[in-house]
Amino acid sequence: MTPRFLLFLTAALAVPAQVTFERLVRADREPHNWLNYSGSYRSHRYSPLDQITRDNIKNLRIDWIYQARSLERFEATPLVVNGIMYVTQAPNDVIALDASTGRRFWTYSHAPLPAARGCCGKINRGVAILGDRLFMGTMDARLIAIDAKSGRSLWNVGIADPNAGYSITHAPLVIKDKVIVGVAGGEYGIRGFIAAYEIASGKEAWRFYTVPGPGEPGNETWAGDSWKTGGAPIWITGSYDPELNLTYWGTGNPGPDYNSDKRAGDNLYSNSVIALNPDTGKLQWHFQFTPHDELDYDATQIPVLVDAEWRGRPRKLMMWANRNGFFYVLDRVNGEFLMGKPFAKVTWATGLDDKGRPVKSTKMSPNAEGVQIFPGALGATNYYAPSYSSRTGLFYVSTWVNTYNVFTKFSQEYEAGKQFLGGLPRGGRTGTGGPQEEDPYGAVRALDPKTGEMKWEFKMTTLTTSGLLTTASDLLFTGGLEGYIFALDARNGAMLWKSTVGGLTYASPMSYQAGGKQYVAIAAGNALFAFALAD
Amino acid sequence: MTLPSLAFSGMLTASLLLAQADPHAGGDAAEGLRLYRAYCAACHGVDGDQVPAVDLKSGQFRRVANDNDLAKIVNEGIPGTAMPPAGFTPVQVSHVIAYVRSLKLAPVHSSVQGDVLRGKAILEGKGGCLKCHQAAGQGSRVGPELTGIGKLRSSAAIESSILDPNRTVLPQHRYIRATTKDGRAMSGRRLGEDTLTIQLIDSNEELLSLPKAGLREFAVLKTSPMPSYKDKLTAQELADLVSYLVSLK
Repeated sequence: MTPRFLLFLTAALAVPAQVTFERLVRADREPHNWLNYSGSYRSHRYSPLDQITRDNIKNLRIDWIYQARSLERFEATPLVVNGIMYVTQAPNDVIALDASTGRRFWTYSHAPLPAARGCCGKINRGVAILGDRLFMGTMDARLIAIDAKSGRSLWNVGIADPNAGYSITHAPLVIKDKVIVGVAGGEYGIRGFIAAYEIASGKEAWRFYTVPGPGEPGNETWAGDSWKTGGAPIWITGSYDPELNLTYWGTGNPGPDYNSDKRAGDNLYSNSVIALNPDTGKLQWHFQFTPHDELDYDATQIPVLVDAEWRGRPRKLMMWANRNGFFYVLDRVNGEFLMGKPFAKVTWATGLDDKGRPVKSTKMSPNAEGVQIFPGALGATNYYAPSYSSRTGLFYVSTWVNTYNVFTKFSQEYEAGKQFLGGLPRGGRTGTGGPQEEDPYGAVRALDPKTGEMKWEFKMTTLTTSGLLTTASDLLFTGGLEGYIFALDARNGAMLWKSTVGGLTYASPMSYQAGGKQYVAIAAGNALFAFALAD
Repeated sequence: MTLPSLAFSGMLTASLLLAQADPHAGGDAAEGLRLYRAYCAACHGVDGDQVPAVDLKSGQFRRVANDNDLAKIVNEGIPGTAMPPAGFTPVQVSHVIAYVRSLKLAPVHSSVQGDVLRGKAILEGKGGCLKCHQAAGQGSRVGPELTGIGKLRSSAAIESSILDPNRTVLPQHRYIRATTKDGRAMSGRRLGEDTLTIQLIDSNEELLSLPKAGLREFAVLKTSPMPSYKDKLTAQELADLVSYLVSLK
């Protein structure tokens, strides 16, 4: 690695003060920074930093802690720009910190309307940056631009009705002169959409409905008026390929979640990846992982973009470990299905056909009595960030192994702002905390993306809700539900280091360098922990 | 049980049944359901019965006499257990209480024909239960606590556990056998476990926390160390014993 001092100077002198779009495109040239939710547009959640190694990781210590003034779940990934950290404190505070000490510069607070609701807490996963502006979506479905130096609001626009169950929980994605966000609310019968807003003004530039209306292609995949409450929310940050000028986003479940009686058809574009032109919002292609879903298998995972040789020729790939239990490789130029294979126990489908469409098992639909189906409603994985290392060539995913639910359904009429589930997942071994029985468990699994085969796994006694980070020194960092933050050898899964912080992890780790030190930061409990090598 | 009807009936139930003087009365069970799903269901389950021996549907709680007690537990947790403090606002607490109270179903306990005093004598004498269990402040801590068992388990479940202890050993009561790398054998009841460590109470009532890396052998037994009393007690003695245990509330 570059000597610390030299790197510090490079960081201080060679990089423009403001975060330009070009810097976002070339984020890998600024390993000391972490410029968007997944680290770069390709969403590898991989840090090129290598100061922390397998040899010295025994000296890794908590360097500082930021205690959130919030009891909501801490799911955010911080950004770091030239020594300044920007992180959200749920529900909707933005904090600017000195990334080497944790000392606070300013706090911006937005109190969501009391009407704001989400299925799973009033949470937020982070901000985006361009120029001197930060962008945050809010629980009451607003998008706010904040001055990165002063913490003052520059504009604040409502983009959907929180009374009808719309919210924004993911970190926005900035592309060129627009900031892109989608809406959550898949448990409230919303009509999902993703939209772009002008950086300067907050004016809406385009909107793409993930549930097409009458006259639009795909509307025929919804029986009757079911599209009006079709869900297909967006609640995890997408990726971007500057060469193709396409941005990729995963969409969530159709509504109501567990009762599909009134929504015959594939229910496009629920549980899909959509490839959009970021300038116009025009759909380039889509791939639906779980057509006509009845099991809440949101495709709200992070699209991992990899350029690699595939069956003898270089291709632009997209790798995706889905909540439905299958690992997919797609061609991201056109959405062609290249490979798919279960990475956890799956009983809802017997396999995938040659187009990647699932072959659904018979009798694996929710009913009044309840049907046991693997994986459970929370999936074989979920929103927890996966990681890809071009050094090992492995795809890493937090996995729930052998978990199921007993899925029931019932009739339910839509009421605006009320949960619209049409059933419930009951029982099943998806509980978190407490001693687990032998069979179901949480794991970090390393997959060979060329085959979908598991190369190694790190088993945990409990399940895990933590994302993953890999680094250039072949370290993998993660947390879980046991109160540890720990590191594995990315090559073989051996545990190398742990820190007992005592809090549950619902966030994903990131790494940056400040004051000459490499840090790994991740939230656990109600605090953000920054680890660095002891002096 | 449908979710919306449950929520709405819960809201009515809560507002009708809770005394006006109760500061936690008047919560919105529908809003409570939202909070419950977000903060409680991961452990307690959507039906409120996923934590072994804690059935929120029963409407009866070991540490709760009224809604003030319930609010205290919701907001402060229960030290020494997996129940964490929620830190809700008072209004949020009232919502959660409204929802939890709405879960109450018909009483699950049925009375058995037995004599409580004779049952107490069997527990302390012929049954030998106090060698492993503690009840009303007497006995050993090695086995699961019996004080309050009448609130947690139905008479049928208690009887089943006496006759066939292996049938339902709750995960947190499983017995551990372990041998350290230097050859020390130990065993006891599992109190906690994660990927790297295990916590137990051994036969000397010592609390032990063992790093798994230091163990040569480690087994979690699915069977119970408790003997079956199927042929050891007469039908009347069994009824007496169950009757006494049910009275431990």
